[in-house]
Amino acid sequence: MASTVQQEPVTHRKQGFIRRYIFSTDHKIIGIQYFLTGMVMAVIAGFLAMLIRLQLAWPGEKWEFLGALFPAGMEDGIMKPEFYLSLVTMHGTLMVFFVVSFALVSGFGNYLIPLQIGARDMAFPFLNMLSYWVVVPACIIMLVSFLVEGGAAASGWTAYPPLSAVKEAIPGSQWGQTLWLLAMALFIVSFTMGGLNFVTTVLNLRAAGMSMRRLPLMVWTLFIAAVLGLLAFPALTAAAVMLLFDRHFDTSFFLPSGLFFGNKLLPNEGGTPLLWQHLFWFLGHPEVYVLVLPALGAAFDILPCFTRKPIFGYRITIYSLYAIGFLSMIVWGHHMFVSGMNPYVGEFFSIGTMAITVPFAVVGVNLIASLWGGAIRLTSPMLFAVGVIALVGTGGLGGIFLGNPTADIQLHDTYFVVGHFHFMIGGVTLFGIFAGTYYWFPKMFGRLMNEKLGKLHFWLTLLPFYAVFFGQHFQGLGGTPRRYYSFTKFTFLESLQGLNLFISISAFVLGAAQLIFLLNFFWSLIKGAKAGDNPWRATTLEWAVPSPPPHGNWGEKLPVVYRWPYEYSLEGAPEDYTPQTVSPEEGQVTT
Amino acid sequence: MRERATARIEAFPTVMTFPHADDVSVPGKEENLAGGALIRSTSQLGLWIFLATVTMLFAAFTSAYLVRKSGSDWQPVSLPAILWFNTALLLCSSVTMELGRARGKRLQTRGLRSWLLASTLLGLGFLLGQLLAWRQLAAQGVFLPSSPHSSFFYILTGLHGFHLLAGLLLLLYLLFRVRPGGNPGNRLAQRDLTNLCATYWHFLGGLWLYLFVMLSIG
Repeated sequence: MASTVQQEPVTHRKQGFIRRYIFSTDHKIIGIQYFLTGMVMAVIAGFLAMLIRLQLAWPGEKWEFLGALFPAGMEDGIMKPEFYLSLVTMHGTLMVFFVVSFALVSGFGNYLIPLQIGARDMAFPFLNMLSYWVVVPACIIMLVSFLVEGGAAASGWTAYPPLSAVKEAIPGSQWGQTLWLLAMALFIVSFTMGGLNFVTTVLNLRAAGMSMRRLPLMVWTLFIAAVLGLLAFPALTAAAVMLLFDRHFDTSFFLPSGLFFGNKLLPNEGGTPLLWQHLFWFLGHPEVYVLVLPALGAAFDILPCFTRKPIFGYRITIYSLYAIGFLSMIVWGHHMFVSGMNPYVGEFFSIGTMAITVPFAVVGVNLIASLWGGAIRLTSPMLFAVGVIALVGTGGLGGIFLGNPTADIQLHDTYFVVGHFHFMIGGVTLFGIFAGTYYWFPKMFGRLMNEKLGKLHFWLTLLPFYAVFFGQHFQGLGGTPRRYYSFTKFTFLESLQGLNLFISISAFVLGAAQLIFLLNFFWSLIKGAKAGDNPWRATTLEWAVPSPPPHGNWGEKLPVVYRWPYEYSLEGAPEDYTPQTVSPEEGQVTT
Repeated sequence: MRERATARIEAFPTVMTFPHADDVSVPGKEENLAGGALIRSTSQLGLWIFLATVTMLFAAFTSAYLVRKSGSDWQPVSLPAILWFNTALLLCSSVTMELGRARGKRLQTRGLRSWLLASTLLGLGFLLGQLLAWRQLAAQGVFLPSSPHSSFFYILTGLHGFHLLAGLLLLLYLLFRVRPGGNPGNRLAQRDLTNLCATYWHFLGGLWLYLFVMLSIG
């Protein structure tokens, strides 16, 4: 804990349009760039989801207009099975890596970390710019892969070999899969640069008085998410390198002997597809926490502001985050209970998974207790923050079933799993993004979002969300397998056809409701009411600067921090909130 | 509204013991106001974090290596002897780097430049030697897909070489930056950059020793 790093009082020169908004090194612009890119990708990935539900509701139906849109995948307007697999794969990949990672982690992370810790910018602004401009080609490559021969990758977002390793396996295993790997490689490079920046900035650029114990929980969760990402992503890098060599240079890391494809014996010998699963899930499981934790962090920052009281259990929450972070690195095997692993190994992963519910429950209870006794105002950000709590609870309970091998053997690869993970990395994160957007939009753009539309958006998201993904739990319990092109041929699923149709229709409502958000977002950009510096009367540092904050954030002098981030309704204070920058000498008690 | 919130809080006594009670700083209390930095050099911290991810990358490869090695078709390839020579070159380059760093610390430009140049040349020699090792293996008919051991050998040496190439580019940039004379501020920047470069370089040396041992055991 040596001396403070000297940050020069920079007054940034006026820059041209390109340096200011396109190739910008300003963390706020980069954050917004990530956010908007995530939004575009969300529209695309959401549209893919609509196509998936369309097919599942009315399999083999002819849709003329879609035939014109996808001449290869939906010839004459009828969806081909291989196109369905591409849709499932790309929906998952885009949503996990190119929507939630972008908007929640990179978007809010870049925007908020320097503002909330009192820094002028990220530790390495140029690296930050590079990290954004590396994912732009990654996005383009992912999307272009729909147009190459064979279509986009179709082996699932988990890219299990041999489907992903043998070019002849299915149409999507051709160029689509290679482009998928390439885009993922670029994504990982970008995430590494971003994560380096997050961790270094939080550790080294905090303003005077901003000890780690005074960081807002949004920063804490982003910090732990970045650490997890930095430690877990290299496993996927290694796996992707080996998969590329298996695909193009005849090595045998993942391909066993004696594989036949199209009456041709493959030359590969002795590899093991399970190796891929281990490496993939070594990333894949921590990745869930990389995405979920910042959503919880956003909820923790938003709740005190709309209950006008401090959050409950700040310190134990931080310890729990540590525990979650550590345990998340050693439970990946619970995705592989049916892969034929040694039952004792399964037991280890199962115990680890049960153990992780303890700190997670602590965090959940702290969120609920933060509501207790507060003067609750149900604004749009607050509604979505409360939604986060609801979804963590529901999704988390489903996870307990899946973490037990005995139950998982029955439920594996059914819609129960689909429902469960959509609650966690789908719902919690999405609600976290929305909560954060309604909350920080005034800071980002200087205007408030429309409250009425926000509330409408909330209810039209929450109810269909439960209809779709809670319903899928029951589908799964009834034995409906995931990734199937249609369910018309199974007599044992006939009784679930009504539920299936209901889910599809709810999904369309859920999709349409997001248009309200888009409308609200762009309308508020232009016509929203002026926000002022601190519209929510909040305590954390980002509200101490103008909205939107200038380049360099803090003008002449960096802020000095005197208290923890959730100082609400302090006895003896003139207001019911006391910003972190208010010193005890300014006449306020800080017991 | 404020009264209401306060009243509610009193009804819930646990939050009254504010969890930050011992965390309140009195202005002037050094360690609290220092707040900021964990270590002096932000770049050095960033580099250490980067090295942690690189370590994880090679840890992932190691686990894959061990898994694949337990397969029934594992047949170790005998590695070319030139690797010993390459290893010696890389170790020498670490020594010259350290000598350069000592000069950098004393803010001397001349000695620094020559030692950096020596390290660059030794590093280049190592890379060329690695290429020769590849060619010798290929001449024996051992190619990338020949056996799992050879696949790992080519990929791991290639990946290490790739990282080393990045280090060489950094060294060349540093050589370009280090000029005789120059103002004291420049020399401080040179010293810090040399430190970064040296840390990265030693890491790659250590990584190579590790890979060499792992691949030699077969």
